[in-house]
Amino acid sequence: MIIKSHDITHDIIIIGAGIVGAAIAYELAKYELEILVLEKEAEPSFGVSKSNSGIIHTGFQSPATSLKGKLAVRGNKLYSDLAQKLDLPLKQIGELVVAFEEELPKLEEMQKNGQELGVPDLQIVDRAWLDQHEPNLNQDIQYALLGPTAAVINPYEAVYALLENALANQAQLHCSEKVLSIQSQNSVWQVTTEKAVYKTRYVINAAGLFADEISQLAGILCPKIIPRKGEEFLLDRHIQNLTERVIFPVPKPDTKGVLIIPTVDGNYMLGPTATEIEDKTDLSTSQAGKEKVLKAISNLVKWLPETIVITSFAGLRPALKNGDFYIQEDQPGFVNLVGIQSPGLTAAPAIAEHVREIIEKKQPLKTRVHYQSERKAIPRFRDLPLNQKNTLIQQDPDFGEIICRCEEVTKAEIKMAIQRGACTLDGIKFHTRAQMGRCHGSFCTAKIMTILKDELGLKYQQITKRGKGTEIVY
Amino acid sequence: MSIKKEYNLIVIGGGPAGMAVAYSAFQAGVKDILLIERHHKLGGILNQCIHVGFGLHYFKKELTGTEYAARYRKLLSNTDIEIKLSTFVTNVSPQKEVTFINRSDGVCVARAQRLVLATGCRERTREMLTVPGFRPAGIFTAGLAQEMVNIYGLMPGKKIVVVGSGDIGLIMARRLTLEGSQVLAVLEIQPQLSGLIRNKVQCLDDFNIPLYLEHELLEILGKNRVEGIRYRDVKGQKEVYMKCDAVLFSVGLIPERDLLIDQEMTPSNEVRLAGNANYVHELVDHATKESEKIGQEIAQELLGAKNV
Repeated sequence: MIIKSHDITHDIIIIGAGIVGAAIAYELAKYELEILVLEKEAEPSFGVSKSNSGIIHTGFQSPATSLKGKLAVRGNKLYSDLAQKLDLPLKQIGELVVAFEEELPKLEEMQKNGQELGVPDLQIVDRAWLDQHEPNLNQDIQYALLGPTAAVINPYEAVYALLENALANQAQLHCSEKVLSIQSQNSVWQVTTEKAVYKTRYVINAAGLFADEISQLAGILCPKIIPRKGEEFLLDRHIQNLTERVIFPVPKPDTKGVLIIPTVDGNYMLGPTATEIEDKTDLSTSQAGKEKVLKAISNLVKWLPETIVITSFAGLRPALKNGDFYIQEDQPGFVNLVGIQSPGLTAAPAIAEHVREIIEKKQPLKTRVHYQSERKAIPRFRDLPLNQKNTLIQQDPDFGEIICRCEEVTKAEIKMAIQRGACTLDGIKFHTRAQMGRCHGSFCTAKIMTILKDELGLKYQQITKRGKGTEIVY
Repeated sequence: MSIKKEYNLIVIGGGPAGMAVAYSAFQAGVKDILLIERHHKLGGILNQCIHVGFGLHYFKKELTGTEYAARYRKLLSNTDIEIKLSTFVTNVSPQKEVTFINRSDGVCVARAQRLVLATGCRERTREMLTVPGFRPAGIFTAGLAQEMVNIYGLMPGKKIVVVGSGDIGLIMARRLTLEGSQVLAVLEIQPQLSGLIRNKVQCLDDFNIPLYLEHELLEILGKNRVEGIRYRDVKGQKEVYMKCDAVLFSVGLIPERDLLIDQEMTPSNEVRLAGNANYVHELVDHATKESEKIGQEIAQELLGAKNV
């Protein structure tokens, strides 16, 4: 246990409530530590983590010598246990890197690399196997590297699961609170935000795209983040049987390529592109991006439905020039996590262990006395059997009121999301799927705004899409 | 959870088409009819249509949408059609079993001799068009904007561009102008208007709102709130930036048949589509008349069979 002097407010301040910050909060909340997570956005997961492909990679795509490779392989192993404890939907569907005739040597190289990393059960399969298991793949694809341990999740659901558990174990979370300055005095770090001043033993910089800027605030040099944009395109739930597994082309040096991702929600996602940009807030999509993705995918499959895209979005990867993660205690008590891009979601639980080890090296940690190891998700009404639906409605009539008809989300689920911290339309969407269906909120937006207004005591005019400046109506 | 008695006819959707099917079937002698509506009031989308232009053909009088709905509700009130409001159908099966839920009954399953989906349509959205650009607040379908203004008294923006020349977009251009917003333009990619001519005259021309035919939206700008759009003259290829704080989409309606699609069912004599769930009608009067005919046909099939 870390000894506290009287003016220290926290043992650990984590900057950033994305997947990395959430995983670290979860890991450290197992111990008797005063933890505070600071997030500049209105809700957790509103940065890099919300627009992510949602793949738990096997890890074989990263070099065997890299830190990210080791952490991704370890992270993949940790997820199935996390999914159980934290009630996180996860489907282990496997991944295939598909190759044309001349690309076989590349697959063998990747397999060898994966084996060095300790990725289990890697196997190169031939056309006969593909005909049987992935009949829609382009006929010219002759081989594929099969990684059966790959899985899919919703990245934001992982953030919620990890953070809700951390909060149940006494960690604190402050949203809409941007860090303005960081100073150190006598091995205590002073973190000044828009709202308060905190004094802490440790600062964990998990600020995603802005991690290099946070490091600079503390006067610590670190590699510069080069945002790399990825555009993704989601298909309607009615489109089925495109592929069973996550499909990758043979990768290029800077990207894993354009993928077919059967998401955990049962619809397909196509993407991402990879374009280096300057502006860390540029989340615009483009016609060129769409054309590029559809062209790349049409190269992978025999059949692609014509009018298919129900929505698109862009995300930014916080990439570094050398391509690896940068994780180190750059000054005593200041841990930098910079350049945590793909496979950052996969690696996050292992990154959290790594950070815990850094802290543990200096100071033994005391296990939390009343530790809660589990967390329950908001029930997903749509997926329950009829008798369970009926029981829920009897217990709480709000389950008998459907608000989002496309995704069959009830008023009770939306109220639960609000109780768990959702305060914006996007937050409600990521917590419950309301507005995520094929009408994109045309029918439920006003109803959700009314629930937010009533539950949070707001005026309609104060309700936002994703925080201050994104108000919906006048 | 309860398995209810069998109905002769279950109608899903209590808008103009659903009300007409149920009413005409009842008038023709069908007993045990169930009409299910998800809203707390019958009338469907008519309830947010406070403009005139309804009823000339059917009621021989020009009415607002809300008046039209009220008149038809009154016809229904003198029947013993069972009406379930605030009730949501979650599933229909090929055996014509309908699963529905509400706050007081919980989950119910009912079976019908004849099933009619009068579930209306939904609007095409910006997402479906995959319009490039950002995803700020201030992007609405015209119908959502109509609900915001007419039901909730909330304004979607101050300087507005309408994309697409569908009727709801034209109606909303006028409505928002009357409420004090500035509607800068209506952009239509096609060479011709998509909505009714009378709506162009009454909603755009009378208010000096320009209609730009053959103009294509290229991009929406603004990271938090809409700040502007870029559009292009399809022929001249000239690109223009226009400052605005809201964009309304009125780019087409899609019949709502997900209950059938989910089960891979197709319409038949036993499971019919009525109103806009079948195809999008220009006038509600037409949807009413056509749906009344469906109700009569169902009555003939059911009662004819019994008489034999």
